[in-house]
Parts: sequence; C-alpha cells; structure tokens
Amino acid sequence: MTRPHGPAEAGHYVSADATSLPRRKARPSVRARVAATLLGFGALAVATCVLAPLVGTTPISFAAAFSRSIPFDQNVDAQIFFVARLPRVLAGALVGSALASAGVVFQALLRNPLATPFTLGVSAGASLGAMLVIMLGGAIALGPFSTVPAASLAGAGLAAAMVYWLATRQERAMSTSVLLLAGVTLNAFFSALIMFVQYLADFAQVYRAARWIMGDLDVGGYDSLTASLPLIVSSFALFALLPSSLNLLSLGADAAAARGVDVGRAQRIAFLSASLATSAAVSLAGPIGFVGIVVPHLVRLLVGVDHRIVLPASALFGAAFLVACDLAARTLLAPIEIPVGVVTAMIGGPFFLWLLVRKG
Amino acid sequence: MSLTANRVSYTYRRRTTRDSICAVRNVDVRVPRGSLTGLIGPNGCGKTTLLKLLAGVVRPDAGSVALDGVALDSQSRRQVARRIAVVPQETHPVFDYTVLEMTLMGRHPHLGPFELEGPADLAIAHEALAATGTAHLSDRSYMTLSGGEKQRVVIASALTQSPEVLLLDEPTASLDLGHQLDVASLLQRLNLERSVTMVMATHDLNLAASLCDTLVLMREGRVLASGHTPEVLTSAMVRQLYDVEADVRPHELAGHLTVVPVGRRP
Repeated sequence: MTRPHGPAEAGHYVSADATSLPRRKARPSVRARVAATLLGFGALAVATCVLAPLVGTTPISFAAAFSRSIPFDQNVDAQIFFVARLPRVLAGALVGSALASAGVVFQALLRNPLATPFTLGVSAGASLGAMLVIMLGGAIALGPFSTVPAASLAGAGLAAAMVYWLATRQERAMSTSVLLLAGVTLNAFFSALIMFVQYLADFAQVYRAARWIMGDLDVGGYDSLTASLPLIVSSFALFALLPSSLNLLSLGADAAAARGVDVGRAQRIAFLSASLATSAAVSLAGPIGFVGIVVPHLVRLLVGVDHRIVLPASALFGAAFLVACDLAARTLLAPIEIPVGVVTAMIGGPFFLWLLVRKG
Repeated sequence: MSLTANRVSYTYRRRTTRDSICAVRNVDVRVPRGSLTGLIGPNGCGKTTLLKLLAGVVRPDAGSVALDGVALDSQSRRQVARRIAVVPQETHPVFDYTVLEMTLMGRHPHLGPFELEGPADLAIAHEALAATGTAHLSDRSYMTLSGGEKQRVVIASALTQSPEVLLLDEPTASLDLGHQLDVASLLQRLNLERSVTMVMATHDLNLAASLCDTLVLMREGRVLASGHTPEVLTSAMVRQLYDVEADVRPHELAGHLTVVPVGRRP
C-alpha cells in the first residue's frame, strides 16, 4: 500500500519539526506481530524451563534425563530433573507469568504505568493471612491448599474484595482513582497490622514469616502446583478477553465507551482476573516483588505498547524472567541460596530507577 | 435517519456531599440526517453532558436517546459505536501509542472479540489519516504531537469507526487560528462529501455561525432555543445566553454571521 508522505493535502499545515523529530520505523501488521511475539517469547519461555533444571550444584545431563532406556527409579539424572528441580522451575514459570500479566492489566486498568500487582493491597492481605497462621500455629486447609497458602489466599481475596467494594460503592462505574487510593490505603493498613502481629510473635515465628515474605519458589513437589493451577488457568482465560479493551481503557473510560467498550464489564473482568492471578501467585510462592513492574516495562521497550502484544509477551517473558532469576538465586552463591525476591529486587530496583530517571 | 433526545435529564451525584448537580434537564433535541448542528452556551451549561448522552456513553436518568427511533439503551455499546463516534475535548493516553495505533483503535466496534485488524481495516485507517492531513505522522508517537496534530489524529480515529454521526466536544479549543480553519474546513468537507451528521459543542460563536446549519442554545441544563442558525443567532439570544451585549451581523467577505462582543450586560 502506498501512503502519501509529507504535505498531503493543500490547505493543511505540516509542522516544521515533523521531519526533525525521531520517527519510528513502520511496523508490520498486528497479526504478524502477535504471531512473532507468541513464537519468539514462547520459545524463550520453553527453552528457559527446559534448560533451568539442568543447571545446579549437581550437574546432570539432558540426554540422560530424557533417556528412555534407563528405568526412572534407577535414573538419577531424571529424578533430579523431574522430581527435585522441575516443580520449582514450573512454579517460577507460573508465578512469573501470573505476576507479569497482572502487572500489565493493573497498569492499564488504573491508567498508571507505575502500578504493580501489589499496589492494591493483595500482597499485604496475603502476608497478613500467612503471618496470622504462622503465629497462631493453627492448621487450616482450604481444599487442596495447605495451611500457609490457604491463609494467604484468604487474606488476598479479602483485600481484593474490600478494595472492590470501596471502589464500586455509590458509583455508577468503578472509579479508578478511588480504586487506587483505597488500595494504597488498605496496603498501609495491612502492613501496620503485619507489624503489630510481628511485634507480638516470638523470634522463630518472626523468622519464618520474614522468610515467607522474601518469596520462595521451592514448592517441594507437584501438589501445591496442581492446587494453584485451576486459579491461574481461570485468570488467564479471563486475560484472553481483555487486550483490546485494555488499549481503550488506557485512553480513559469515556473514550473507551465511545469506541464500543462495555467499560463496567471490562473493568470488572480486569480487576477480577488480575486479583485472582496475583492471589494465586502469592499464595504459591510468597510476595515476589518487581516481576509485575519490570517485565511489562521491559516488554514495552521491546515490542511497543499495544496490549494485544504486550499481554501475551509479558505472560511468556515473565515466566522466563522469574525462572532465570530463581536459577541465579540457587546457583550464584551455591550452596547458599539467595531468596528469589532478593534477586528480582536487585535486578528490578535499579532498572525501575533507571526507567523513572529516563522518563523524567 | 435522525438522532433524537426525548426529554432527557441527567444528574451528577457527588460522593463527598449529599447535594447533586443537575447537568441536563428535560432536554429535547432532534438532529436530522446530514445536518451540522452546533451546541452553544456558557461554561457548565450541560453541553458536554448532552454530548455524552447523545453518544450513549452515559445513560439518562429520565427520558431516552434514540437513533432512527431505536433507543440507544436497548443496543450494545459495540452496536452504538459502529454508528456514533465521539471526538472528546482532550485524549490523554497513558502509554506511548503511535498515531496509527491510536487511529486503528477506532476499528474496535467492528472487530470480533478475538479478531485482529486486517488489511481492510488498515486501509480505512490510512484513508482517515489522509483525509485529516495526518498521513505523514502515522508512525510518530501520539504523545509528541502538537495540539493541532493531536486533534486531527483523534478525528481520524473517530472516522475510522465509519460513523454516521460524529459528536465533537470543542474541536477547535486550544488551536491556533490556522489550525482552527483547518479543522473547520475538514469538518465541513466530511459533512458534505461523506454526509456525516455532526453535533459540535463550541464556545466559538463565529465558528458555529460559519459551519452549523442548526444551533441548539443551552443554559443551565435547559434548551433555551433551537433552530436555523440565522434565526436563533441574534444579539438578543446572545444576551440571554451569556449576559453579554454583542453585535451580530453578516460579514461581507466570510458570507456568514459574525458575533462581536461589546460588553457585559449592565
């Protein structure tokens, strides 16, 4: 297709700086870019998940791990790969993917590029839940979830429900400014409660809780993965409905409605799905910070800002990013493990600051 | 075809205080096919709210808005947006979209839930960019454009919706004289050549006099008068609307009425 460039019509102004400002290269069509994104980032995610279990204090061979000639119970390489390391890698992939996608959705919903999955208090609610059962030492179970994940899931759900209730009260539609303020305030409120509970707890309990808050992907088997999987899968099914609505929501509610978006429905789906994914991720591995903000911004630098590309790309890149961070966490100072939340924050913190300075 | 508002009212409820602000009361408006209707009145008289009601973006508390006799409330947002497009006063995207991306968002109501735009949609977007004189900007970042360029890109995005009705909220506010003329002649061209029906809220009475065949005069949420431009744009009406004494007379060169404010009404 040929397109007129330069002064196209008589009687129209072409500003003098039109040619001197940086121009972006013309892009291929959205269809091609979505396909390339799925292929490229998908290959990266799969490769990371297959290669990560091969690396560790005990070196194992890829060929031996996937060899069919040795029975599984005699194949040490396969046991290390599938039993010891793969659950942890898969947990990293699920959590990274869920947090990165939730970050993208919250940033568009709140019309704030600095929003994270934890901005609205979901992680603080989860931490309070975990803190309480660690301190009270009670044994509760929520279906397939064991005590601490069940309590943190309940705390996260409670926080999300409170924020939602506050933001939709007395309003015709969800107010994003109330949502943001209510979430930030609730976050501070829960943090104060956590501190109070910590003050009352003994050393061992505080230590356990502090370790939980650092985040840990060592889920110890497939059971907790299969417990979280339905939550994460349903949140991803809801994410799939969102991308083009997110583009329009980021222009503002009225602009989105004028272009045919059912704003109330889109906001509800966005809030529900992102809260669900965040709750599931936090209950599985603790509140691992920075994934939800670093990955979406990195992806935008690579592929542009169209949510139909950013959302799938972030889901896949988030998986690869957290698996890689966890690999660094368990190998850099081996045999000592660095908490994965520390690694993501050490990469994410400076990156985030750089981004802020660059934008300012 | 016509877009009609039948006795519509809309009230903004305040969260902090118990009082409420009635923005539009019992308003009747009829916009016939192909007309270019101007919506004029002082600040806060309900112009923007009436535009939102006509677009179906907000639902009236009472009364109804209908397109071709079918109430907007009974249609989905998507169905309405295929026929009615809106150019808001300002559009602030929080992410750094390109001009082409902004324009293509107009195709949203025409695409299925999982459908990505194809070559036909792209052709419509490029045509809209060409029609608004912004084709050379298509790969630029929207955020880096000047005010006049942004306004024309937003109009292009609305045209990409292939609407029958275009609702514009102060399309020339904050534009310099040259860009005001550009946008005005663009709107006139779209109205004549594509027979896009338009409703335009504006404070610029001379622009309204030059473009609009029909005027709706609003004050304090009510319609004060409406009718053909030469009949309702009089110094008596301007006095009633704005409490301003104005000299209203035809201009020889421009060929339309001009309004020169002389002073506040004593």
